Amino acid sequence: MYNFEFVQPGSVADAASAMAGEDAQALGGGQTLLPTMKQRLASPATLVSLTGIADMKGVSAADGVLTIGGATTHATVASEAAGSFPGLAGLASHIGDPAVRNRGTIGGSLANNDPAACYPAAALGTGATIVTNTREIAADDYFQGMFSTALDEGEIITSVRLPIPQASNYQKFVQPASRFALVGVFVAKYADGVRVAVTGASEEGVHRWTAAEEALSANFSASAIEGLSVAADGMINDLHGTGAYRAHLVGVMTKRAVAAAS
Amino acid sequence: MAKVNMTVNGSPASGDVEGRTLLASFLRDQLHLTGTHVGCDTSQCGACVVHVNGEAVKSCTMLAAEADGAEVTTVEGMANADGSLNVIQQAFQDHHGLQCGFCTPGMVMSAAALLKENPKPTEAEVRTYLEGNICRCTGYHNIVKAIMAASGQDVGAIAAE
Repeated sequence: MYNFEFVQPGSVADAASAMAGEDAQALGGGQTLLPTMKQRLASPATLVSLTGIADMKGVSAADGVLTIGGATTHATVASEAAGSFPGLAGLASHIGDPAVRNRGTIGGSLANNDPAACYPAAALGTGATIVTNTREIAADDYFQGMFSTALDEGEIITSVRLPIPQASNYQKFVQPASRFALVGVFVAKYADGVRVAVTGASEEGVHRWTAAEEALSANFSASAIEGLSVAADGMINDLHGTGAYRAHLVGVMTKRAVAAAS
Repeated sequence: MAKVNMTVNGSPASGDVEGRTLLASFLRDQLHLTGTHVGCDTSQCGACVVHVNGEAVKSCTMLAAEADGAEVTTVEGMANADGSLNVIQQAFQDHHGLQCGFCTPGMVMSAAALLKENPKPTEAEVRTYLEGNICRCTGYHNIVKAIMAASGQDVGAIAAE
């Protein structure tokens, strides 16, 4: 990889100033960014590590909302959310492998918005709020297509607030080489309805499956979506699976998630 | 170049590194701790796993600068105080948990991390935990046996017997 200046600020304010520099790039756990830089697909002048900012780490539940610091690792979410939000802890515990989970962060995953990443499904599936150093962004406005988000240049995800559902589950059909989702579905049941978010499948990245949300809001059971189908148009079509295969998997994984929701 | 200081296998270690210097490179090239192997350099294979502040990480996908101030343990730090192999290393030898040995440092470090958080794992838990450690020789059976044995469990029932 090309060389860069490494800085590790201790506060969000210092990180924001460092990010104002030319070609500065935020670094979470680096589990995607460092491999990308090794391939010379990214070559920032400055890497601003966010993992030294204590205020951006940790998991806390209050008033039905789980708040996770942007620099919190997947392993920490897997262990600390297990009691309050098992659907999310289950998702975090299956990202990558144990060593990756000890480094990778929720903020990094959401900022990158890989179309096959797991956390975007949880954020969209819960109607989370993405909190940055300058504002709050609703998940419905945040994800804007693969690798694209509402974040401005230099904006830093400081925390994520996820409303805790009555029941939820995430089911991932794993692409075995990368352990990303070939298709992943997050289902969350709230008092006022059900949300269903799909990752890995669409060329538009993570998205909601509104037809399933309506059916499940009326009847929260796997049989409620029996008659629904997903169009193969716009689905990712690659050597791992055709668009039609992915479209079929969306239904399968949704049913499994509903059946497993707790 | 920037100065980094860390504790490696219980001893202070320091050096001048570029921003882009990987922890694996720092350990191997500057500290000459070549037990940590770089197999794929893409964070897939796990041969480079070391412990940073007690947690297993892939040292090819972490910057040396990020480990500044950290406690790092490599496979060289795993032996018993008298220099004999520790229980995991000995189990790998006893159960033929390696053939070419290239993946072994990462396997040993991942196994140690697993047994720290789950001292009596099931066979399935061992196999799941090793998702990020690739071995191209053994077919994994004897690695799993070694880790089960290191945890003090009976390995007689494991498939590769």
